[in-house]
Order: sequence, then C-alpha cells, then structure tokens
Amino acid sequence: MPSKFSNSLRDFNQSFSWFRLIASLLGGVLLLFIISPILGMVFATPLESLIKTAGEDEVQQSIWLTIWVAMAATLIFAILSIPLSYLLARFEFPLKRLVLGIIDLPVVIPHSAAGIALLGFMARDSFLGKASSTFGLSLVGTSGGIALAMAFVSVPFLINYAREGFAAVPERLEKAALNLGASPTRVFFTISLPLAWKSIVSGLIMMFARGMSEFGAVIVVAYHPMITPVLIFERFGSFGLKYARPVAVLFIGVCLLVFILVRLIARKEPRDA
Amino acid sequence: MLKVEGLSKKFKEFAICDITFEVNKGDYFMLLGPSGAGKSMILEIIAGIVKLDNGQIWINGNDVTKASIGKRSVGLVFQDLAVFPNMSVSQNIGYPLRRKGIKKIDEQKKVFEIAEKLSISNLLDRNPALLSGGELQRVALARTLAVEPKVLLLDEPLSSVDVRLRSGLMALLRSLNREGQTILHVTHDYDEAISLGSHVAVVNSGTIVQTGTPVDVFRNPASEFVANFSGIKNFFQGSISDKTEHGLKGFSINGLKVWFYADEIESNGFICFPENAVSVSIDKPENSALNTFQGTIVDIFPQKHGFEVWVDIGVRVAALVTWESVEKLGLKTDKKVWISVKANSVRFIPKV
Repeated sequence: MPSKFSNSLRDFNQSFSWFRLIASLLGGVLLLFIISPILGMVFATPLESLIKTAGEDEVQQSIWLTIWVAMAATLIFAILSIPLSYLLARFEFPLKRLVLGIIDLPVVIPHSAAGIALLGFMARDSFLGKASSTFGLSLVGTSGGIALAMAFVSVPFLINYAREGFAAVPERLEKAALNLGASPTRVFFTISLPLAWKSIVSGLIMMFARGMSEFGAVIVVAYHPMITPVLIFERFGSFGLKYARPVAVLFIGVCLLVFILVRLIARKEPRDA
Repeated sequence: MLKVEGLSKKFKEFAICDITFEVNKGDYFMLLGPSGAGKSMILEIIAGIVKLDNGQIWINGNDVTKASIGKRSVGLVFQDLAVFPNMSVSQNIGYPLRRKGIKKIDEQKKVFEIAEKLSISNLLDRNPALLSGGELQRVALARTLAVEPKVLLLDEPLSSVDVRLRSGLMALLRSLNREGQTILHVTHDYDEAISLGSHVAVVNSGTIVQTGTPVDVFRNPASEFVANFSGIKNFFQGSISDKTEHGLKGFSINGLKVWFYADEIESNGFICFPENAVSVSIDKPENSALNTFQGTIVDIFPQKHGFEVWVDIGVRVAALVTWESVEKLGLKTDKKVWISVKANSVRFIPKV
C-alpha cells in the first residue's frame, strides 16, 4: 500500500513545472534559515548543561512565571477582545477603520517604545497607578505589569483572528436563531461563538505565544520578577553565550510543549450550551 | 391573521413598492414571481430580519411593524435552510423550545413528536452535514414548527429537493395547512402555486401585480407578465373592432383579426388561447374555423407531450403538435403552414 507521503510525492512529481521547482528551492532556503539557527543552538548545547539548568530554581521560577502570566494576560484580555471582535465583524459604525487601525498599532510600534509608553501609563502617579495602589496593588516591577506589557503587544493577534472567525459565520444562522426566539446573547453563545471557535482558539494561541516571547516591552516595565526572555538576556549579558544557550533551548522546548498541549485541548469544539 | 399594508423598502438597485395583501387564518397563500422579484425580501421584512422604510404589518390584529425578530410569532424557513451545523438534528429542533423554560424531558418528547410528524425521527442523532437536501428541508421545517408560529413563512421550500421527493414534501405542506397552519409560501414555480395555494399574489419587480385564487389569477391574468408566467403563450393585446349579430367579435392585433364569442362591452384588452387549441396544416383547412391564418414556422422544439411549434402570422403564435403530426406533415423551420384557432377557445380579458 502506498503511504500518504508517497502519494502526495507522486502528485507533486506528476505536476512538475519549472516554476514549482524554483519556488520549492526558494522556499527550502527560507525553511533552512528558520530551522538551522535553532537546531544549531540545540546541538551546541550539551545535555548535561541542559539538565543542570533545568534544575536551577531561578530558571524554573522564571519559566513558570512566563507561562502563567502570559496565560492570565490572554484569558483576561479575551473577555475584552472577543466581544469587540464580534462587533467589528458584524456591524458597520462610524470610524470603524480608525478602530481597526488602533488595534493594529501595537504590532507596528517598537516594543521598547511600547514599554516606555506603558511605564508612564502605569506609574504610581498615573491614573491607573493610583487606582491600583488604592487596592494595594502596584503594577511597575510586578507580574501585573508584565501581564499588561504582554497583553499590549499581543492582543491584536487575538482580535484579528477572532474577527475573521466571526465574519466567516453566516449571518443567516444568527438571523434564523433570532427568528426561533433566541435572545441576541443566546445567539452569540450558541451559534456565533461555537462556529467561530476554531479561529478564536488560533487567536488565543497566537496571543499566548506572542505574550510568552515578549521581551522589549516587558524589560522596560519589569526587569524583576524575571520572565525567561529577560533571564536569557541577563545571562547572555553577564556570562556570555554559553550560559544563555541552555535556558534558551529549555524555554523553546517548553513553549513547543505548551502549544501542542493547548492545540490538543482546544481540538474539541464546544457544542450548544 | 397576517395583514401587510403599503410595505416599501428601497435598496441600492432595487425597491419593493407598496406591497399590500392579507392572509386569513388557515390560508395557504402563495407569493409567486420570477427570481429577483423581491419575494424573499417580503418574507424577511415580515419576519423582521430586514427593516422596512414604510408600511405596516399586523399579526392577529397586533401591529408588529416595530416588534423584534423573536416576538412576531412567525416562523421563517430560509431558502438555504440555515440548519445549525454545530448541533445535531434533535438539538436543532429543540433549539426554540429551550427558551420557554420547558423541562428537558418534555423538550425531548416534543422534539420526538415533531420529528415523527415530519418522518425524520430516525435522523435525530445525526449531524446535519451528513443529510440530503430533502432531509435538511424537513429538519428546518421541524425546527420552525417547534416555535408554533401563527404564520409559517416558507422561502422556496421545494427548491432544494429533487423531483422524486417533491410530491412527498408537497403532501406534507398540504397536510400541515389542513391541520390549520397558516402558510405564506414564496415560489417561482407556477405548478407549485396552483397545486398548493388557496390564494396567489403574483410579484414582479418589487410590486404585487395581481392577487386572487389560483383559478382567478390564471384564468384571468391581468397582464401579459402574469399570462406568460402562468404558461399561457398566446396572449395578445389589441381591441375589439367588429361585431356580428350572433355575438361574434373581431379582435384586431397588428392588422390581423381574430374572431371569438364574448359579451364584453369594453373594447380594449387582451385575448388568449391555449397552445393545444391551435391546429397546424400544410394546406388551407376546409373546415368551419373562422380564424385561419397562413404563416411561417420560426421555431420548433420538443416538449413533454409533442412539439411546440411557433408560427409567425404577423404575430408569433404557439401551437402544440403531436410527434406523429410533426413527422407526417414534415414540419420544420421556414416551412409555410396554415394555422386555425377555434373561436370558442379564445378568451377575452378586458384591460383594467
């Protein structure tokens, strides 16, 4: 029995053209460009140093901190982003293009600049700083501040994915549900949200991933507690490449593992609640 | 039951103008018209999905013009059915029941009852993606019936069903109506309108051009559009120009004269006669027919029961000829033939 792989290889060969050959070669070069530095780093890291690094409290704590803060930032901002995405997908309103532009703003500005802007926004004498300090919370130099920095640079991914997901849900299904007597809230939770779920999950994963890997904005807002990207930077600055590498490899491994897990969990779509 | 008055809505390149009609309790009301005539839009306006510019809608005496979609007591079955793909068949049918605070067990009972009635109880656990067009149609219908709508709005309900299953679905709709369900049904199919409707409104270009019982509308089409739409091909406008003592009237169309019997006082109007009342011969017929014309065959093509032959006698007249006659007479395009039309098969419709 020919395998799936040999079948697709045969299909590929049968439709040979010079264009496809050249495109494949160019694409191959690009893939190498992405994969080889990472593989190079992995192979340059001895297993024992990896195990030793994995045992360090400082490393473990920073990886946990990075994961849970990124996760918390994603989930909290999802509550704000998903309804907005729905509005953007379904309704026309004045200045909609401006709103769309604002949403993409964090992607285009330098992240260190975003960090500086956020620092001013959450400093003790700012409105947000004052408001949070009345509850005994401080943002600068805390995990709360890190979460805000992560969310600021990563939330456009969630909004855009979710918006595309909602736009792909046929409006007719929503109208049919309304005609069957469902309230707009029920229509949202039983029709729109489940049908856009796949895109929303992709958006959540993208936001989470982007948040976890954020460095520029976070380092300005909170050098400590140290998230892993900052830790990697610090070890590189203080001790050099050799000491930064094991943490980097470990963190990449953890990231991959988390994404695979999230994908597996999100595979099951929610049904009518 | 349902009263629509002066309903108007303007779109970019299309408008619905001054639609007025009334559907009584127990009626099977057909909105008949070609694609793009605005029929579906009328249904969506009644259901509250599309907002209207002008006009009023009453259901059971209540003004629902501004009521929200879910509060109009109408159930709309969309042309594309809009069965929820993320729910099983039974969840689809149960969807409108859940809001009413019905217990789960009663909901299931009701779902099963409706499914039984529509012969889809074997599909309850299925995923809609795996159903045929006919099955989906029944699921959409079942789901809408679960709302117990005062008026059931159907948008081309037979269009997604193949011919084999059509009669079954038509029988189902008829029996629903006999049980007292008021139905407003949109279609482009003349046969469907005749066979199901107790009342018909013909819609063209966003307006209602004629309303009545199917017999009224198709016996006395008020315009060439309605006549053509109802399958009458020989429909001519002109005026009565001659009269005889015996009640015969001469009707002039482009210089031709067609004789027929009528007591009409009006002189302007239309005449029509069925295709099978036109006989074709090679030589001038030596019968008593008053209406005998010579012409040329301009088109000939097969139909279910013989050939449709179009003869140009100054105006184009359609005749239905059997297969045998076409062969025997050697009928083909450009051939010169005689046609005759019996005077008592010609009907006069005065211009309103």
